Amino acid sequence: MIYDRVTIKLLEGLCHKPPKFQNGVKIVLLLLLYQMKLAVNFLTIGLVILSLPCGSYTEIPPKPPGSVTVLPPVKPAGGPQAFPDAENSNLPVFTMDYARIQVPFEVTLWVLLASFAKIGFHVYHKITFWVPESCLLISIGLIVGAIMHSVHEEPPAVLSYNVFFLFMLPPIVLESGYFMPTRPFFENVGTVLWFAVVGTLWNSIGIGMSLYAVCQIEAFEVQDINLQENMLFAAIISAVDPVAVLSVFEDVSVNEQLYIVVFGECLFNDAVTVVLYNMFIFVADMPVVEPVDVFLGVARFFVVGLGGMGFGVIFGFVASFTTRFTSNVREIEPLFIFMYSYLAYLVAELFSISSIMAIVTCALTMKYYVEENVSQRSCTTIRHVVKMLGTISETLIFFFLGVVTITTEHEWNWGYIMFTLLLALVWRGLGVLVLTQIINPFRTIPFNFKDQFILGYGGLRGAISFALVFTLPDSIGRKKLFVTTTICMIMFTVFIQGISIRPLIEFINVRRTNRNLETINVEIHSRLIEHTIAGVEDLCGQWSHYYWKDKFLKFNNRILRKILIRDNRAESSIVALYKKLELQNAMEILDTVSGDINAGSSIVSLQYVYPLCPSSSCSFSLSLSLSLSLSLSLSLSLSFAFSLACSPSLSFSLSVSHSLAPSLACSLSLSLSLSLSLALSCSLSLILLLSLSLALPLLLALSLSHSLALSFALSLSLSLPLSLSLSLSLSLSLSLSLCTNDTHTLWPCPSLCVSLCPPCCLSYTSLHLIHPSSLTHYPFNLNRSDGYLSNTSRRVGIWSIYQG
Amino acid sequence: MGSTNSTLSKIPNVEELMEETGFTPAHIVRLYDRFEALDKEKTGHLRPQDFGAINRLAMNPIGDRIIGAFFSPGQETVDFHSFVRILAHFRPADKKHPKDPSMPEPVNSRTSKLKFAFQLYDQDKDGKISRAELLQVLRSMLEMQVTEEQLESIADRTIQEADLDNDDAISFEEFRKVPLGRARRLTYQHGPLQHSAPRILSQPHRK
Repeated sequence: MIYDRVTIKLLEGLCHKPPKFQNGVKIVLLLLLYQMKLAVNFLTIGLVILSLPCGSYTEIPPKPPGSVTVLPPVKPAGGPQAFPDAENSNLPVFTMDYARIQVPFEVTLWVLLASFAKIGFHVYHKITFWVPESCLLISIGLIVGAIMHSVHEEPPAVLSYNVFFLFMLPPIVLESGYFMPTRPFFENVGTVLWFAVVGTLWNSIGIGMSLYAVCQIEAFEVQDINLQENMLFAAIISAVDPVAVLSVFEDVSVNEQLYIVVFGECLFNDAVTVVLYNMFIFVADMPVVEPVDVFLGVARFFVVGLGGMGFGVIFGFVASFTTRFTSNVREIEPLFIFMYSYLAYLVAELFSISSIMAIVTCALTMKYYVEENVSQRSCTTIRHVVKMLGTISETLIFFFLGVVTITTEHEWNWGYIMFTLLLALVWRGLGVLVLTQIINPFRTIPFNFKDQFILGYGGLRGAISFALVFTLPDSIGRKKLFVTTTICMIMFTVFIQGISIRPLIEFINVRRTNRNLETINVEIHSRLIEHTIAGVEDLCGQWSHYYWKDKFLKFNNRILRKILIRDNRAESSIVALYKKLELQNAMEILDTVSGDINAGSSIVSLQYVYPLCPSSSCSFSLSLSLSLSLSLSLSLSLSFAFSLACSPSLSFSLSVSHSLAPSLACSLSLSLSLSLSLALSCSLSLILLLSLSLALPLLLALSLSHSLALSFALSLSLSLPLSLSLSLSLSLSLSLSLCTNDTHTLWPCPSLCVSLCPPCCLSYTSLHLIHPSSLTHYPFNLNRSDGYLSNTSRRVGIWSIYQG
Repeated sequence: MGSTNSTLSKIPNVEELMEETGFTPAHIVRLYDRFEALDKEKTGHLRPQDFGAINRLAMNPIGDRIIGAFFSPGQETVDFHSFVRILAHFRPADKKHPKDPSMPEPVNSRTSKLKFAFQLYDQDKDGKISRAELLQVLRSMLEMQVTEEQLESIADRTIQEADLDNDDAISFEEFRKVPLGRARRLTYQHGPLQHSAPRILSQPHRK
């Protein structure tokens, strides 16, 4: 962004032209700069794709001045080199040093590849409706894994123990914890912990014992697996995985109670899994198990669970306290959130206590206070970055699950695997039934059978099990079998259960959420009724959880808020909600009157508010040839001005707020029209500038809003010597664009093919102006508004409450 | 159980009360004990001051409205029967009750509970929550957090959202249509009257 500002300043100095022109020029330059950046990205991707099968390049390191040692050149066996050998004494004009950047480069590329896959899924909306993204990602991972296996490349070790547990898992868990709806969670905390702890124990012990019994059957040839290996394995696969569950359940809007129990369970069963895993690994080394050890195991469980929560709460409070003093360093406010949560996670890992619980409780504790202390912008940033990191991690995990499936060594055993799958299902079902029967009398809203079915069926396993099984010590003889079984388990649950859960939910008609509950009425009446209940409880002299809630709120108001919040003005949820709704309304009004509102107006780096897109959209692409250039240049310039006026602002918003649907329009000029354009009007001089940036490969023009369609525009314009051959092939490409007008109907507007003109470059514009997606789905959150409402349909439903 | 029977015999018309409200004998006893504890002067009737002695209720923003709900208009005291009848609103809703259209709506059905909540707003009992009444409730709940203009805007917005027939007030029908999110718990059950007798009896009274 810095050079944008500089450029603008330069321009300001140079041009004392009418503002419109000034704006236009600046816009052009910015577009230019952005396209150059994008070009660099794409060039690198192209290069890497080319270089992948060739192995890595190395360069003979240059001799440091004054040293005597000769560093031996490292060359890959038979790998080609991109440049002549060092014996050539001339100054190399073009050098490449791949080894130096290899690791970050490959990391970036893998992330990009996985993200492209994710983009690609949304091309066809129906796919993502019926098949959860996790399945699609695993499938793509399988394909990539197959490719890599066939060229004998090793995939990066993403799912190894350290990388997974230290880098991949924390963002996801942080995201889950941060966006957990706190009120329903605390109302159901008993049920959640009951299922998490007792349920997981039940599952592990049950599956372990039954598998041991199965192992005794001679036909399966697995008699060498002894009891505690079975128990260890059972402990690994019985834990419900938050990554998998979330990715499936967030699309399916079940009722809030159900959601919070499943959600909470998968986050909090980590404590049990950790304890059991460590216990059984430890026991594997010991020849004899004594009763003392069982008792110690129980004690360890409490240490792990409560310790995790304790650390989380401590770090949460420290973070909140820190943010009290950050009013002068607003730019790094979000940093504290991330650093403290990660620190909580790492410290918990240090002591081998439940790190997932630590980070979840840290996020839960922190969120409430921090969001009152930090600025509005920091708050948005935090939410956004948390979400982004979580999504990236999740994407990568599933992707690599697919990749690693192909590349690991497997040992298949029909009996063991089938029985594992069967037993896992059976025990989970039984467990849910029994546990629900016990806990239902204590619940305000008991679970009916349909809820229980979904509760049992929604127990998906995922990458945590896989990472754990991978790190089993090699002393366990049948490790490969375990790995294979775990992978089968994961695939089975994610694919079959994940895909079928949505139709099942609709079929058995589980209570769904009512997404429409953010109204002032609901808030006021709910508060009134809560006060009433609290009052009647006092009347009857009976304590219940409302009493504790009330007590905690008083404690909170009197002590905690004073310490942890800088500007302590207690704000009722009614007022907060009211403010939020009013702001939404204001945005809506502005939206309809004057078109797309650019979230970029709140961005400091943009010094100009770009002209707004008109709300009606049109798309057209032009084909240009020599003969036509004259006549078309005028219209071209108009469209340019048009598009240029819009696209930079939108491309800003692309990076910042996902609420607006950006469109990227790449328009390139012709070399030949240059001479003509100058003569015509100043708007055409825009073309002049643009045509200088010729090497602009293009991209998918994306609209990231679900309400609008995608447009793909491909354009390439290359400098003269290359244009001949390449442009020929490209001329036949179509750009298909679908656009909307005000009434949100889709109509396809195919754009024209580009024709060819040998001496000149081709240009091809396809312009997509996107209807401003309504900003009602993107509330600029005010203090303590629950949940993150994004403009995708996904998570909106979850945080709302269902109707009786 | 012996103490239960002896206490029950002290209350006149106990069977009728139990049938009308659906409380079990243990519940009735529990409530009677509470009633006696509140009724310090042993007159057999409770006055508003007796309710006011409960500290926490006095701090409740709508405490006075809740107390007022116990007293029918014109009455200054409430006897045990009325006490129990009002509290019967908070009993868990019986899903298994056969829906007999000829019988009056049971006291603890969802509608009755909503009506009770409605009456907390509607102090003048005209069947509608007017803007002024809403303002009063908001003022008591929000206390000193907002200015008067904000209160008025919130009240305006509330009425605008809920008011379907444009009479600038919220009638009971409109109130019913509001999907009650968290407050759904009210329509299911309420804490004090849910648990079994021995547990309740063993709990100390709170003043």
